[in-house]
Amino acid sequence: MDLHFHDARATPVEQAAVDALLGPPVTGWAGGERNATDRHGSTGGADRARAQRPHLLPALHAVNDRVGWISPGALNYVCQRLSVPPAEAYGVMTFYALFSPTPRPPRVVHVCTDLACLAAGASAIERELTDTIGPAGAPTADGTATWHRSPCLGVCERAPAALVIEAGSAPRAATVCPASPETVAAAVRGEPPAPEVRSIAAIPQAVRGDRDSLVLLRRVGVVDPASLDDYRSHGGYEALRRAIALGATGVIREVTDSRLLGRGGAAFPAGRKWEAVARNPVRPHWLVCNADESEPGTFKDRVLLEGDPFAVIEAMTIAGYATGCHTGYIYLRGEYPRARQRLEGAVAEARQRGFLGDDVMGMGFRFDVELFRGAGAYICGEETAIFNSIEGLRGEPRNKPPFPVDEGLFGQPTLVNNVETLVNVLPIVLGGGPAYATIGTDGSTGTKLFCLSGRVASPGVYEVPFGITLRELLDMAGGVADGGVLRAVLLGGAAGGFVTPDGLDVPLTFEGARAAATTLGSGVVLVLDDTVDLVEFVLRIAEFFRDESCGQCVPCRVGTVRQEEALRRLANLGADAGRRGGDDIAILADVAQVMRDASICGLGHTAANAVESAIERLGVFS
Amino acid sequence: MSSTPVALRAPVRKVELTVDGETVKVPEGSTILDACRREGHEIPTLCFGPTITPKNACRVCMVEVEGARVLVPSCSRTVEPGMVVHTASDRVKHSRRMVLELLGSSVDLSTTANVERWNHEYRADPGRFGRPSFSDAGVRDAAQAGHHHLPPAGDHAIAETVHQPATVDNDLYVRDYAKCILCYQCVDACGEQWQNTFAIGVAGRGFDARISTEFALGLPDSACVYCGNCIAVCPTGALMPSIEFDMRLAGTWDASRQTATDTICPYCGVGCNLTLHVQDNTIVKVTSPADHDITSGNLCIKGRFGFGHVQPRPAP
Ligand SMILES: Cc1cc2nc3c(=O)[nH]c(=O)nc-3n(C[C@H](O)[C@H](O)[C@H](O)COP(=O)(O)O)c2cc1C
Ligand code: SF4
Ligand code: SF4
Ligand code: SF4
Ligand code: FES
Ligand code: FES
Repeated sequence: MDLHFHDARATPVEQAAVDALLGPPVTGWAGGERNATDRHGSTGGADRARAQRPHLLPALHAVNDRVGWISPGALNYVCQRLSVPPAEAYGVMTFYALFSPTPRPPRVVHVCTDLACLAAGASAIERELTDTIGPAGAPTADGTATWHRSPCLGVCERAPAALVIEAGSAPRAATVCPASPETVAAAVRGEPPAPEVRSIAAIPQAVRGDRDSLVLLRRVGVVDPASLDDYRSHGGYEALRRAIALGATGVIREVTDSRLLGRGGAAFPAGRKWEAVARNPVRPHWLVCNADESEPGTFKDRVLLEGDPFAVIEAMTIAGYATGCHTGYIYLRGEYPRARQRLEGAVAEARQRGFLGDDVMGMGFRFDVELFRGAGAYICGEETAIFNSIEGLRGEPRNKPPFPVDEGLFGQPTLVNNVETLVNVLPIVLGGGPAYATIGTDGSTGTKLFCLSGRVASPGVYEVPFGITLRELLDMAGGVADGGVLRAVLLGGAAGGFVTPDGLDVPLTFEGARAAATTLGSGVVLVLDDTVDLVEFVLRIAEFFRDESCGQCVPCRVGTVRQEEALRRLANLGADAGRRGGDDIAILADVAQVMRDASICGLGHTAANAVESAIERLGVFS
Repeated sequence: MSSTPVALRAPVRKVELTVDGETVKVPEGSTILDACRREGHEIPTLCFGPTITPKNACRVCMVEVEGARVLVPSCSRTVEPGMVVHTASDRVKHSRRMVLELLGSSVDLSTTANVERWNHEYRADPGRFGRPSFSDAGVRDAAQAGHHHLPPAGDHAIAETVHQPATVDNDLYVRDYAKCILCYQCVDACGEQWQNTFAIGVAGRGFDARISTEFALGLPDSACVYCGNCIAVCPTGALMPSIEFDMRLAGTWDASRQTATDTICPYCGVGCNLTLHVQDNTIVKVTSPADHDITSGNLCIKGRFGFGHVQPRPAP
């Protein structure tokens, strides 16, 4: 492509960071030295450019990891290397919250101000930081650090939380939990935070020694996540062996018979998706493991990824075997440093030991896993936005139809499943689909991971069979923290709805939640007591959707703004004599309906759910 | 002598569907919008343009299709046999009204065709959300994804808009992004679908999403070749030739006094069709017909802007 580049040049450091990822440039066209053959012939044209495009996000990460922001010169160099028009690459980089197009200190502390952390006093940390260090985004006096407000960091069981990311020749990222004005200030100064607690600490059932009821979580905290041998000595790779004995169609039959429903939020039958991909004659097929986990209050996938990474890889291998995919991407959100490190190690070891690669376990089929790091965008968990993100485009959802099973990643048939959905396949293959289907209820089979956070005595991930009631689950978690009075439970996350204390007998099943006009969503159970300011809480939900809308369609792009504005007015009604609250209640209802009816994707469809339910069920503004 | 076989076009199959209770037959591959327009149903469209693959971003053209959980964009959804479409149900009307209100409250639609009429028809009241906000140049360009900004202290009567001063950085055309509805058409026209120049893209996220060059560089520093094919597809007047922009500012632009004359570009052998828009015996704008099979509405810098020699430019 004949691309136009303005004059800015990458510094040698930026250039080296990109070259470390892509290798040295071979021609003058790609930003290298001009050589004698450069003037003759083409360098591959559009096909080559298209094939390289998935390197765009990794290359932007490489620069950002090294210098902390992406300069015009660095962007130019990345674009030259990959034949990407700079205007497009700028559009991609400015889509993600973790990249900065303006100079920024190398150390950035992301302070979670989202729901669970808000309930745990994050506002006080924010205020204190503003007073002592300065406003969010401003560099410290020595210019080495800054802090930002962040959406949920996925460690809600240890709320309040922060994440420090430091660029440099040895970039690092570490979770600061629990965050306090002191620990965050220390992180801003560059002091390494206290080491993270072990993964098992996130599973109260395991901590109590009540392991028998655990299926998906049974190995977490027991197995060494860095050791393939240890994984195997705990039953690892038995399911793959069994899968190969069953054959691809046999595996799909078990998954179908299990009546497994997707755990990423949409509860779609997994067997139907697998079958549709497997049957699609168009090749190649792609597999994507959705590990973007960014729904506020959700952290179950993180616990699996950190605690039992080989299980995720084995489950993906089975999915690839059954549906004819030779490559599976794990799309991991950018804010999960420990999961990333564990997965990198596990993938490398599985590859080295022949559990991934051209001949998996000597069984005669090819399958490999690519780890793909997100860069701060909730919307990229949407099943088609994830494709655009991997392809090096803006993470905007695509129009459906076509559906992923027909035209997904790179336009090919694609299987997208959530981490938890995939890990369920191991017990299904081992014990058989019908046996699995006896757990739980008719409409919701198996066990489910619930993420308990907020004002609950023992926050963490709980694994229970579908069908227990919310009350029973809360009791398992010791009820409200510090003997407080329960106000409400946010079920399903920011896209879900509130349950009031008189609704606690709702059975935790997909159908039960639907009947109670809410959703299990990604398994969020966020407990609120009378210490939590509900108005502030609802406002934070509205802010989240406004910040995370991709901006593509009008109902969501503008609707999420109008929703937040109306809520702010209602929250300040006393001070705003000119308006009647009724107007704003009507605005909220009107906006909610158009977002639900006319948005392109699930973000817009659900962006008013929790707000509406707070008004209707909790009476926050009445 | 061998005779050349006459190429017969494969017969196009017809698809039968129901629109507002009436049976309609349209060629396979038609969109719902095509089907509705054939039947004389007016469906408002904003982001849709005849020469660009629909991005279905504005959502003003939504219709209800029985069996679908959510409304369906008529401009991009192709018809299926047996589809039952409603173009004027309560849900449809609500959604049209709200899209008009949401866009109208955040974007300057003063030069977008038909909006006033539709606002009236759907009883849209874009003013109900509050006083419009105003921003200085560069403010929207600097917004970073995921960074929340609060309204100016305490002023909750403000409805945020995409307002910003018009960007005048070259002699040929003006980018007035306060009028931009983010239809993506200019990006697609500049990029893969027509010009393959890729000077502009969509940057930022959510309400801060905007059309931009890399790092918001001025056009003269960008890859822009001034073909003006983005102007040709822009449905809102956000992209406008400088002459028209200046005349509108001066209050001298008067479309009712303009004539349109078709001719052929004299510059090169491609032979693009030109439409000369003439007001007071002066060429004030050059376009090319969108349905012309050579140009599809596109031109190069010479055809679109190189008419100054024909007669003196009007004083701005
Ligand atoms: C805005 C949005 C964000 C989403 N984020 C996630 C996510 O982080 N992880 C996930 O597994 N699914 C997410 N989903 C759901 C996916 O679109 C998709 O349904 C899911 O990955 C399919 O896998 P499953 O069938 O195994 O649940 C999200 C959906 C939307 C609309
Ligand atoms: S609903 Fe929101 S997030 Fe989804 S495509 Fe539309 S603007 Fe983007
Ligand atoms: S400038 Fe015009 S063509 Fe481009 S996105 Fe905005 S409204 Fe559409
Ligand atoms: S518009 Fe440009 S390409 Fe078309 S005939 Fe004129 S000079 Fe040639
Ligand atoms: S980590 Fe703060 S809300 Fe999840
Ligand atoms: S005209 Fe169909 S979505 Fe804009």
